[in-house]
Amino acid sequence: MMSTVEHTAAQVVADGPGRFELLQRILFGRSGTIFAVAIIFIFIAIAIFAPLIAPHDPLAQSIARINRPPSWENWLGTDQFGRDVFSRMIYGSRNSLLFGLISPVLAAIFGTTLGVIAGYFGGVIDRVISRLVDLLLAFPELLLAILIAAALGGGFWNIIVVITVAFVPGFARVARAQTLSVKQEPFVEAAMAVGVSTPVIIFRHIVPNISAPIIVLITLWVASAIRIEASLSFLGIGTQPPNPSWGNIIRDGLNNLFGSPWPIIGAGAALTGVVLSFNLLGDAIRDVLDPETSE
Amino acid sequence: MAKYLLLRLLDAIPTVFLVLVLVFIAMRILPGDPAIAALGDMATPEQLAVFREQMGLNAPLWQQFVDFLLGVLTLDFGRSLMSNRPVLDLILYNLPYTIELTIAAMIMGSLIGIPLGVIAATNRNRWPDGGMRAFSLIGYAIPDFYLGALLLITFALNLGWFPINGGGTDFLDRIHHVFLPALTLAFVKAAFLGRLTRASLLEVFGKDYVRTARAKGAGEQRVIYRHGLRNALLPITTGFGLSLLATLSGSVAIELVFNRPGIGKLLVSAIAERDYSVIQGGVIVFAMFVVLINLLMDLVYIIVDPRIRVK
Repeated sequence: MMSTVEHTAAQVVADGPGRFELLQRILFGRSGTIFAVAIIFIFIAIAIFAPLIAPHDPLAQSIARINRPPSWENWLGTDQFGRDVFSRMIYGSRNSLLFGLISPVLAAIFGTTLGVIAGYFGGVIDRVISRLVDLLLAFPELLLAILIAAALGGGFWNIIVVITVAFVPGFARVARAQTLSVKQEPFVEAAMAVGVSTPVIIFRHIVPNISAPIIVLITLWVASAIRIEASLSFLGIGTQPPNPSWGNIIRDGLNNLFGSPWPIIGAGAALTGVVLSFNLLGDAIRDVLDPETSE
Repeated sequence: MAKYLLLRLLDAIPTVFLVLVLVFIAMRILPGDPAIAALGDMATPEQLAVFREQMGLNAPLWQQFVDFLLGVLTLDFGRSLMSNRPVLDLILYNLPYTIELTIAAMIMGSLIGIPLGVIAATNRNRWPDGGMRAFSLIGYAIPDFYLGALLLITFALNLGWFPINGGGTDFLDRIHHVFLPALTLAFVKAAFLGRLTRASLLEVFGKDYVRTARAKGAGEQRVIYRHGLRNALLPITTGFGLSLLATLSGSVAIELVFNRPGIGKLLVSAIAERDYSVIQGGVIVFAMFVVLINLLMDLVYIIVDPRIRVK
């Protein structure tokens, strides 16, 4: 049994370009991708090792040291509560990356499931799912997220739910379209003809063959998820204070405009840098895995 | 064509109905007891009972839903739990500011973005094209509220060229107030529309009829505008519609940054105050705008691309 599995795996790899070659093409296909990946790794490291890197406690307030300009002690100064802005930014990276990475993956799981079901079974199921997906797709993701957050309120799980729901329809539409075309391939028809059970056809023949555009979509939407979390936190319906996130650091900064502009400038620059890096990486992955849809 | 229009209008009705059902469910069932949510944990049972009676929360769910639908149909969204003013009044006061911001942003975004796209496409792989690519990369990455805050700090706070908050009074004052917020949203728009214009133009430039036009000696200007841009118009129109929706959602955060009145600001304050009737009204208005914009975009396609009428 074991050898059969290994055998098939080896065949799959031998058919297309190897994993290493794919990785090479993603990283070096476009200039700039390698820098983007470096920035992403730096920020992931910062998020993981935040307690070791941050020079101060991100929550420690001090009336004696409010609104300080940048100095050797506080690289980006302090905010209106006397908290060290640089340390808050370091801890804030945790929220951004956490939501940015979890939500698109969850949305991909739910959305792909819905899309494959709609595409494979067709009929009434397909019509109901497609109708709902079209309805949700009519709303821009951010607006949908704001509307759901308005009903649910903030908090960790609610943010996850909000961003996931906003992304599900996109995945469902792509998965449905892909399933419809893969379903007509001879190998799927052959599997149906010899009586392979439906779950096996779906998981063994359809899902692996529609995975490339789904993976591309996940990477492209990590950046969107990070932006949406930041926007929600900025609006006060995302990560709740005093817990820092880049979005609510900018919100605090805006309420303290005359005090210090540094929280806004610093957190916004980090946010833009990370989003830009994920966008570049997403484009590079799309070039390699899904060349038809790239520019 | 009339048949297509009618079908499209009929098609919007279930969408609107579904949106209303979702809003109703979200507002009544998800957050738990609205009475406790509105009055807080410290409210006495008597206060809660009075509140429930006032809001019609004691009626059976189906009757609440019918009342809710009738309310929406007659534009009666109830009264604000905080200020006790009719929600419709609050919406009507704030709506013009949001519309004004959206229109200004779309005009500025198109005026910047489309010419940039044309310049990039006609100078393919030269420095203007590279500049366009860098501009769109930044436009896609920078969060609009961050850009807004930077513009606010630079041009309003430090240079004092623009007001730092409010919506303005007379016409000129309102333009003065809307300029920076609109520019913020226009920047993102321009990146998107510019990239789209470039891509559509390049596709058209590869077509046979453009080669023919060049071969028979048509001037470059004529080729670009008469043959190129005109045929690139359909994808640009689609992009314009998407971009209009994105501007509408972007306006929420921008109204907060520039502290100007608007539906987004109203909604965000209502969320902070748990003012459920205002949240409900604001959400419905936003949702109706999305449906309306989608509908209008479909109508515009018919005008721009006569081929759709035949289908």
